[in-house]
Amino acid sequence: MKPFLMTLIAVATMALSLSPVWAQETTTQAKKAGETENMPGMDHSQMDHSKMGTGKAPPPEETAKSDTGKGGDMDHGAMQDDSLPPDSRDPHAYSGGYDFGPISRPRMGDEENFATVLVDQLESVRTRDNTATAYELQAWIGRDYDRVVLKAEGVVDDGKFEEARTELLWGHAVAAFWDMQLGVRYDSGENPDRKWMVFGIQGPAPYWFEVDATVYVGEERHSALRLDVEYELLLTQRLILQPKIETNFYGKSDAARGLGSGLSEASVALRLRYEIRREFAPYVGIEWARKFGGTADFTRAADNDTQETRLVAGVRFWF
Amino acid sequence: MGFSPWLKPSWAREPVRTTTGTANVLAGTELDLTIAETPVNFTGAPRMATTINGSIPAPTLHWREGDNVTLRVTNRLSKDTSIHWHGILLPYQMDGVPGISFPGIRPGETFTYRFKVMQTGTYWYHSHSGFQEQTGMYGAIIIDPAGGDPIRGDRDYVVQLSDWTDEDPHRVFAKLKMQSDYYNFNQPTVADFFRDVSKEGLSAVLEKRRMWNQMRMSPSDLADISAYTYTYLMNGITPAGNWTGLFRPGEKVRLRFINSGAATFFDVRIPGLKMTVVQSDGQNVEPITIDEIRIGVAETYDVIVTPKDEAYTIFAQSMDRTGFTRGTLAPRTGMTASVPALDKPEPLIMTDMMGAMGAHGGMVMDRGAHVMGPKTVHVNHATTEYGASVDMRVDTPRTNLDDPGVGLRHNGRRVLTYADLHTIGGPLDKRVSEREIELHLTGNMKRFAWSIDGLEFGKSTPVHFRRDERLRIILHNDTMMVHPMHMHGMWNELESSDGKFQVRKHTINVQPAQRVSFLVTADAIGRWAWHCHLLYHMHAGMFREVVVD
Repeated sequence: MKPFLMTLIAVATMALSLSPVWAQETTTQAKKAGETENMPGMDHSQMDHSKMGTGKAPPPEETAKSDTGKGGDMDHGAMQDDSLPPDSRDPHAYSGGYDFGPISRPRMGDEENFATVLVDQLESVRTRDNTATAYELQAWIGRDYDRVVLKAEGVVDDGKFEEARTELLWGHAVAAFWDMQLGVRYDSGENPDRKWMVFGIQGPAPYWFEVDATVYVGEERHSALRLDVEYELLLTQRLILQPKIETNFYGKSDAARGLGSGLSEASVALRLRYEIRREFAPYVGIEWARKFGGTADFTRAADNDTQETRLVAGVRFWF
Repeated sequence: MGFSPWLKPSWAREPVRTTTGTANVLAGTELDLTIAETPVNFTGAPRMATTINGSIPAPTLHWREGDNVTLRVTNRLSKDTSIHWHGILLPYQMDGVPGISFPGIRPGETFTYRFKVMQTGTYWYHSHSGFQEQTGMYGAIIIDPAGGDPIRGDRDYVVQLSDWTDEDPHRVFAKLKMQSDYYNFNQPTVADFFRDVSKEGLSAVLEKRRMWNQMRMSPSDLADISAYTYTYLMNGITPAGNWTGLFRPGEKVRLRFINSGAATFFDVRIPGLKMTVVQSDGQNVEPITIDEIRIGVAETYDVIVTPKDEAYTIFAQSMDRTGFTRGTLAPRTGMTASVPALDKPEPLIMTDMMGAMGAHGGMVMDRGAHVMGPKTVHVNHATTEYGASVDMRVDTPRTNLDDPGVGLRHNGRRVLTYADLHTIGGPLDKRVSEREIELHLTGNMKRFAWSIDGLEFGKSTPVHFRRDERLRIILHNDTMMVHPMHMHGMWNELESSDGKFQVRKHTINVQPAQRVSFLVTADAIGRWAWHCHLLYHMHAGMFREVVVD
């Protein structure tokens, strides 16, 4: 299976390097993950690159607001910078001090709560010598910009949880496409349980790569990082190929859970689903997983394989 | 909760089925309207509709200019309701917007609307509560001029277009919140990619897709809701039902088109017939003869056609080209004409994303090219547009009115644009504007969040117009969808990009990346609604209150 994996990684790398702008974009993003308030400007800075060429924006003209609306200029580079332009308007300035009247104002959908559960994976996982059940879901309840998020992932083998990761988070929209997530994570299963604090960011990166990047801080100065990237390739309107890469890193080794420090595990999966309805799609897929470094050592010591090819079949559904 | 009436089979309730087809005409100055749930079956599945006097469309109200009308509206629903008289000038307490003009009509209650009819033309009325408009609450209003109608038709038909879904509209809204492209089955696929590559070459295709993908926008985003769930209706009748209007050959037939859809723009034409547009939004315009009209949600267009001794199809396809409704104009009953195929959906182009700059650079922008728009404007975004609620901002908007819009460009037919419309008699108020208000139409497609200046209604404050002032309002569309903006209570006098009076309307379509300006005379004291008439955008928060004081 190794050649397969190599090919896949090669293809993925090729895809990613198709446009140099992408690389540029992701670096910008990574840099900005902390100062997220400004991130929406990002999508426009891309536009600017294509137009401004020189990368230098001409200075914005001092334009008096006139009835003709003339003036202005090619200052889009400056306008669509990450920072708030100095001449941006106060959206409440037109109220003239008026508020809503004596009748209780309408409540629209922006003040309604919604809830959904997406079971992205509920699948039977076959390896060379075993068959287990795995799940991955994300649920939320709340509104557009603030919601309670539940993320859960796990493997059930022989009726017992082999491993489970459950996160309860507050999701807050920090940019047009990005949600920041803060909360707690609880690991359970065969190995000793672990508790973590969570800081994550989730959303579509440019080119529609769905990114879920999370930093964890645990007890006894444990730390971890998880990075999921997935993509949806529409073969037809309903037949969708979903490549997914998942990597896990740990700050220090945790022998009780068989984890070494550094990159511990990476997996690449391809799932092909058919959306009978948007809400219901059976799929088949294949996943290659490999353990690295100290984690691989622990795995070998326990007489297990450090590499695994898994065939999966399941359903993706939401409601 | 909102679910229950939808799941109940029709026989469990009133046995009287909803009447559809050309609506009853209610003439006179004292009218009673009763709102109730009545069963319908448009798709083979029985559903409950919300109807006025048991029909879809609701009765056509026929008034005369100068009438004092009294309309008693009784609510037989289990929840609140309301009726808004769309485009009618009246005291604000009679405007029918719950929470702004009045508290709404409670179950079992009768509310009496009283006002003087001060205008003429074709209008319509609908619920302004929840999603009741989507479930059947809409009808036509015809107001005859006191001194005889300058527009003469031997026949006169209302052609009311709408969209119906068997789903609970609340659920439709929730689905859009969870997956905003839920109803879009026209997205670019891998096969499209290879087809384009073989036609245009790899680098051209990559370049074309680069910007869309970087921006995380879809060029196939033409409508939020498609024929996947919608059945499109003409006078409450499905395409199969074939609404028919009869005429005698040689007669002048006046068709009063009203788009009462909740979320659908209709492109209307009558193959074999030229249409002469004589009125829009109730206001007579200098006659203009065309082949096709895009009718925005809540707009009305009156046209005159002169058919020969044969049948014609009135064809109204949805802007996203997923479906259509049709009817027939025929000299005798039972005749039909061929029904055209749906046009192919066309993707949005750079003009729809970047306005003037996109138009100037064409489909593919030259890197480093210093583009000068035909007429640059100074754009003032709101501070609240720099946050999570806004996924794009347009810095180089287009201001021209002569673009028929996506899907109608260069289709070989003469398509009406706003540049063709000239209201007879010019503006009602000759004063120049004393003040300017600039508002931006904003949204976040992925989150299905729609707002003005990046603020949904719940976070907004009212917009204040000073009593009797003449105002210029600029609407600047920072999204890639067209928004039919409807201001209650006051006319909007649209200007051309060089500041000349164009047309008087109650609902103005603002195209993607477009910036339009219109004048308003703030002579209607009170509190008014102002919103995008795409019902799901309005519900998401693309809505403002206007205070005139």
